[in-house]
Amino acid sequence: MNGVVGFMYPNEYALQWSILIVLYPFITGLVAGAFILASLERVFRVEAVKPTYRLALLTALAFLLDAPLPLQLHLGHPERSPEMYFTPHATSAMAMFGYVYLWYLMAVLVFEIWLDYRRDIVILSQQSKGLLRVIYKIMTLGSNNISERSLRIDDKVGWIVTLIGIPSAFLLHGYVGFIFGSIKANPWWSSPLMPVVFIFSAMVSGVAAVMLLYMVTTRLRKLAIDMRCVDTIAMYLFYIFIIDFSLEMLDLIHRIYEADESFRSLDFMVHTRLLIPHIVIQICLGTLTPLVLLFLTQVVHFPEAVRKRLYVLSGCLALIGIFAMRWNVVIGGQLFSKSFLGYTTYKMEMVSREGLLVAIGLTILPLFFLWALVKLLPPWPEKSLHQVAAGD
Amino acid sequence: MNGLKDAGHLFRFAGLFVVAFLVFLLVRGYVVPKTFGQYGHYRGAAIGEIAQHPVKFAGHQTCEGCHSDIADTKTKGAHAHVNCEACHGALFERLPAPAQPKGNLYERFVALIVPPAPPDAPLLLHADDPATVTPVKPDTLVLCARCHTASAAKPKGFPQVDPAVHMGGVPCETCHNPHSPAMGSDAAASPATGGAK
Repeated sequence: MNGVVGFMYPNEYALQWSILIVLYPFITGLVAGAFILASLERVFRVEAVKPTYRLALLTALAFLLDAPLPLQLHLGHPERSPEMYFTPHATSAMAMFGYVYLWYLMAVLVFEIWLDYRRDIVILSQQSKGLLRVIYKIMTLGSNNISERSLRIDDKVGWIVTLIGIPSAFLLHGYVGFIFGSIKANPWWSSPLMPVVFIFSAMVSGVAAVMLLYMVTTRLRKLAIDMRCVDTIAMYLFYIFIIDFSLEMLDLIHRIYEADESFRSLDFMVHTRLLIPHIVIQICLGTLTPLVLLFLTQVVHFPEAVRKRLYVLSGCLALIGIFAMRWNVVIGGQLFSKSFLGYTTYKMEMVSREGLLVAIGLTILPLFFLWALVKLLPPWPEKSLHQVAAGD
Repeated sequence: MNGLKDAGHLFRFAGLFVVAFLVFLLVRGYVVPKTFGQYGHYRGAAIGEIAQHPVKFAGHQTCEGCHSDIADTKTKGAHAHVNCEACHGALFERLPAPAQPKGNLYERFVALIVPPAPPDAPLLLHADDPATVTPVKPDTLVLCARCHTASAAKPKGFPQVDPAVHMGGVPCETCHNPHSPAMGSDAAASPATGGAK
């Protein structure tokens, strides 16, 4: 009962959805955003972002492999998850998501990565040794055909897969917003704009994450950052961010103008318990500041070193802002009572199954997945396959 | 034909999907209970299994068969429609559980990860054997406060108190007869007693 103010219904004292449920839309958002960035090169032919194409695909896969883990830990019965596939309930959005996830993982991401890397995989299966050779052999599926014609077919099919992948990525993340937006009992969530806001915020976080990963990995490899590439990514980040911020403000203004029966309760919450995470961190620090920084990079000709720093800073702030947005949606939506008379607090645990340490672990885990994927399928265009096979 | 040959690897990938789908159907056929979907989106046989659970509550008519003096007191008071077992609980004891048959391979595998709930044991009700299964008198300081603690959600006419202020640690039955709680009623301030005839 600590932290409970006013009248709350008995089932509202404790928050049911913890930081792991905050993490889940954040991670799926990174997946969708990274894929959209990859599609810029593949479908929309934005050649400048080509150096990040493969890295974006691997990033999306690494985070997608991590995405179900917060849900599994939160629910606590991993042995029941196959039942969602075996006996799906067609009217449950959560149940249908299992298929959306599987479709996106296998039919879109894995297939596209396989098509894009097939030539490399075949060459690596012939040049590498030991266990790696076996793995690459399995990945070729027994076909060593890398004739020009077969690669051209791969390219065409890959283009179609990416084209299908864009609505799939929207579906994957739009679904998360849909879940919240369709909960009509909760006025903080119930909004048809929610899926759209989630998609655009996902694009912001995914594009920012891949930009940062590209800059960090290039620096670690002691190579020069392709400024044309990061300039273009930053430009797209700026444009997407404007749309995302406009949509969020539209939602906010609409709520204020509509001022339905929940408004006073929500308004009080935003001015008290959500003041720091919503107003300060999400809007001021995580949205307006990176928007201003990105705007400056678009209108002022800064030297390369300054631009790099501004991109890193705005990328990090954008990620913090999007995480804060997920926090404010998931946690904020549970802080007030449906009676509109009471408020509760969220006391995060540290080392429990749904605690802070687990959440930090699940945030870092995809980077290990990415490291393994990069080792197996090097995304660097400048490195020759011979060097990779030799373990250089 | 060359086109097909150069697209052969795509068929191999598609073949993976077909194999995965067939494996899925095979596993699904094995693990989904046969009665699933019989009546709705659940296992039809569950209804029969639930119906076989031993009955825990005896019902107020059973109590009144022996405790007619309490039933008479109750009918005159505000608690006339509060059933006996709402306060006294379902008075039973569990007997040793029978051995359960082993499930199929999948169920046994799941049981290794998450141990199943203990099987239903037969019950011995107070109504069946009053000498063996004896009731414990409820603590009115806790019991009464469950319903009568003041709350904004309760109707204004419903008797509500702040337990700390109103009772001050004195058990409710000191002043109120729980079976007919109004002050000044016939049974008020008399001990909440009663027994089998």
